[in-house]
Order: sequence, then structure tokens, then C-alpha cells
Amino acid sequence: MTSPHLIYLLAGVAGILIVATIIGEVLRARIAPDGSNPVIENLNARIAAWWGMVVLLALAFLAGRAGVVVLFAVLSFAALREFLTLTSKARADHWALLGAFFIVLPLQYWLVAIEWYGLYSVLIPVYAFLLMPVVSALRGSPAGFLARVAESQWALMICIYCVSHVPALLSLHIPGYEGRNVILIAWLIFTVQLSDVMQYVWGKLVGRRPLAPSLSPSKTWEGLVGGVLTASAAGASLWWMTPFSLPQAAALALVVTLMGSFGGLVMSAIKRDKGIKDWGHLIAGHGGFLDRLDSVVFAAPIFFHLVRYGWSLT
Amino acid sequence: MDQPGIAPQDPPPPGRLRAFAAVIAGKAITLFARIVTAPRALWTGIEPVPAQRIYYANHTSNGDFVLIWTVLPAMLRRRTRPVAALDYWLARPLRAFIGRDVFRAVLIDRRPEQRVEDPVTLMVAALDQGDSLILFPEGLRNMGEAPLLPFKSGLYHLARQRPGVDLVPVWISNLNRIMPKGEVIPLPLICTLNFGAPLHLEPDEPKETFLSRAEAALLALRQTGGTP
Repeated sequence: MTSPHLIYLLAGVAGILIVATIIGEVLRARIAPDGSNPVIENLNARIAAWWGMVVLLALAFLAGRAGVVVLFAVLSFAALREFLTLTSKARADHWALLGAFFIVLPLQYWLVAIEWYGLYSVLIPVYAFLLMPVVSALRGSPAGFLARVAESQWALMICIYCVSHVPALLSLHIPGYEGRNVILIAWLIFTVQLSDVMQYVWGKLVGRRPLAPSLSPSKTWEGLVGGVLTASAAGASLWWMTPFSLPQAAALALVVTLMGSFGGLVMSAIKRDKGIKDWGHLIAGHGGFLDRLDSVVFAAPIFFHLVRYGWSLT
Repeated sequence: MDQPGIAPQDPPPPGRLRAFAAVIAGKAITLFARIVTAPRALWTGIEPVPAQRIYYANHTSNGDFVLIWTVLPAMLRRRTRPVAALDYWLARPLRAFIGRDVFRAVLIDRRPEQRVEDPVTLMVAALDQGDSLILFPEGLRNMGEAPLLPFKSGLYHLARQRPGVDLVPVWISNLNRIMPKGEVIPLPLICTLNFGAPLHLEPDEPKETFLSRAEAALLALRQTGGTP
């Protein structure tokens, strides 16, 4: 699955990270060499974590379909754990939730791996959503039942169903683009994550008007517009490695960056409701896996279906 | 490696192979605990530095002390011994190996009519060897709805006999949902351990006052833990 375009993209990202690392180190040396400035320390922790994430993604790409599917299955597991840690649940839900972790999740990714679109597109919204409440109901305990069921279902939707649409891009059959589908994944993640990074950068540089102060104090209109436009331009400029024309790539980049931003907003609302700042603690500087995945979660299924209807034979 | 502590009821010091197996088993157990619960330590009231301490925590699951032991930095972990029930840990050979060789537990007999050694005496003996302790002052696992059961008096007696040792409250959250009573397979949720500010016995502080202060300090950590 290696194609020169993938190497170019990875080399480009490595170039961006080298520049970012130099900027981070220069800022630290100039402003607070003793590591006393929390913003600079957080920036450097984020950049260091980015290196790790990019290396991990690159290794999965090189390992081919199995590598990509396994990587996103593991990410789903970590995300589901973070989400379900916060949802309402009772002892009666124990078996239903075990089923989510140990049956639904592996089954969904196995179906993605064998390209059974007809089943992986309904496994969670039909079978899991109907059977998990049955398992809980059979064990009794009606207190807060609807809230428990609804929150568990949303956990599955966000953390398994949506995330699995990233590796599902490998199953599209686009004439003249055979063997290069991994570029679609790389392009999607690059564009959406660049939008997140550029929203942070634009927000820190010129952010004035808060976007939704009651949800997230750090999101600003200037950051949103700047980030979405910058990342869309970057995504569009890579049209030559995708199956899209330049205007098509620009439109798709706009859609995925907007969906990604909305995803961040929705996930902020959930975090606010549950009284937490970050989903987890395992990615230094970023928080949890869901803090990094939230935008990809909202962009991936839409991108998948747009490409499927517009370009794919399957 | 430190010499394993020798409590009065301990067998003679283990051989090299047994000690090596204990180190490997310890690593395997902490790795398993990390995979299952991704435990997160919040040091909100105290730093993880080498000082002699009694970590006391809420008790909702048999995995409680394993988690405290897991999140302690290795240097501290080697000098920290859980206080555990002799009748449970010596019931089977594998458990006895894990309890005595891996965790170096201070094993106390919960049955007053049968025991030969006073539990507080055993714990003080461990402290006098320079080790830290992990203690669950509720005595039994909390299976009910109340967040915390009333403390037994052991913590008070330790504080009175060895007043220099820090008493560190540790609130463990979520473990009762990871492994509810009667379930066999753990649900892999995130577990948070909140280490609070250390307590000491005030001069002339009555037992009841001290124990309720210790309970309040532990319960207060429940609120400041961040993730539930």
C-alpha cells in the first residue's frame, strides 16, 4: 500500500513537526527556559505527542490493511473506555457493557476488515442498539434506564461506529485509484487535524469573540474561521494525490473541517455536562484519546458516504 | 531490591528463584491492572516522594490495593506493603505466593479468637522496618450504597504508636463499577486514585474525633478527583 504520495505526505507532516519543534524550543529558550510557562510547556508536550501519533499512524499505514484496522480498533477501545467511564450506568448494565467492549467492538472491526458493508453499517445502530437494552432489562433495575441506555448507545455510536469509518475507507473501490485508498485516510486525518491545530493557533494569535463561552472558553470565531479556511486550503492543495479534482477536494475539505469543528463543539458540551476538562490522561498535553479523535469522529462517516456515493463502485 | 520484610508469621527469606519469580509476577500484575483500568493517579495533596507513609483508602473491591500499588512509582512500591487478611491470602498456594512474595503483604488474622499476634503490633513491626503500608480502615469491602463505612480503630492505634508517619488518604473511584460484586469479568473503565494531604494525630485527640477527621479527609477527595 505504499505509494510515493503517502511518503510525500508523511515527509511533509514530518517537516511541519520539525518546524513546530524548533518554534517550541525557541519559545521555551527565549521566554521560560526553566519550564515555568504552562502554555509553552503544554505546546511542547502537544508537539511531542504529535510525533508519537504520526509515527504510530505511519507504521500502521506501512503495515497495510491489517495495521490500519487494528490501530483504529485499539483507538476505539481507548475512546470507548474514556466515554463509558463518564456515562450513567448500573450494575444491571455490566453484561451489556462488556458486550460493547468485547463483542461489538471486535466484530465491527472484523466486518470492516472483510469489507461487509451491509452488516458493518447496521451492526451498531440496529443490532447493538436493540440487543444491549434487552440484556440490561433482563437483569432488572429500571432506575434511570432510558438515560443509561441512551448514554451507552451514544458511546458506541461515537467511539466504535464513527471511528470505524476511518479504516472503512479502505473498502471503497474507486476506478483508477486501486491500491491507494490509504491516501484517503491520510488526507482525511491530515486535513481535519490540521484544522484543529490551526484553530488553536489562530485562536491564540487573533482570537477575540468566543464561539460558545458556556461550552468551551478557548474556542473563538476567529479561530474557527481561520482554522477551517487554512486547513481547507491545505487539503485542497493536495488534490493531486486524491481521486478528486481541485474544486471537489476543496469542497470535501470544507465539509470535513466543518464537521470536525462541530464534533469538537459537541464533545465539549458533553465534557461540560459531565464536569470534566479532558476525556483522559494518556496523551501528554492533549488529554485523552477522545480529545484528539473528536473531530475525526464527526468527519469520518460523512466523508466516507460522500466518497462512496460520488466516487466508489461499491 | 530490598530484603523482603519479615513479619513474625513469615516463612524464612525466599530463595533467589522465588524472589525473581516474585518480581516478574509483580510486573505482570501491574501491567494487567494498567491494561484493565488505565489507572490515573492524582497527587492533589502530596507528592510521590520516598517518605514513610500509611496510605489509607476506601475499599470496594479486592483490586483496591493492587491499584494503589500499581500507580506508586517503582521506588516507593518496593517499600510499600498492603495490610491484608491472612485467611484469604493463605488459603491457596498461588495466593500465598502472590500475597507473601509479590506484595509482601502484612497478613493479619481477622478472627480474634484464633489469632496469635495483634494486628496493630504486626503493622507497627512493618513500620519499624522502614516500610510504608496500604490500609483499608473500613475493614470489610463496602458493598452498600454509602460511600464509606465507619472506620475501625486500627488507624488510630497506628497514628498513636508511630506519630511521625504520614497518614495519606487515597480515594479510589470507579472500581466498584469496573468489578461489581458477584461479577467475574472486569469492565475496562478508567480508575482514578486521588492522593490527599497527609494527616497526623493531634496531641490528646480522642479516638472518635481522629477517626471521623480521617473519614472526612478521605471523603473530601471524592469531590476533587476530577474524573468520577
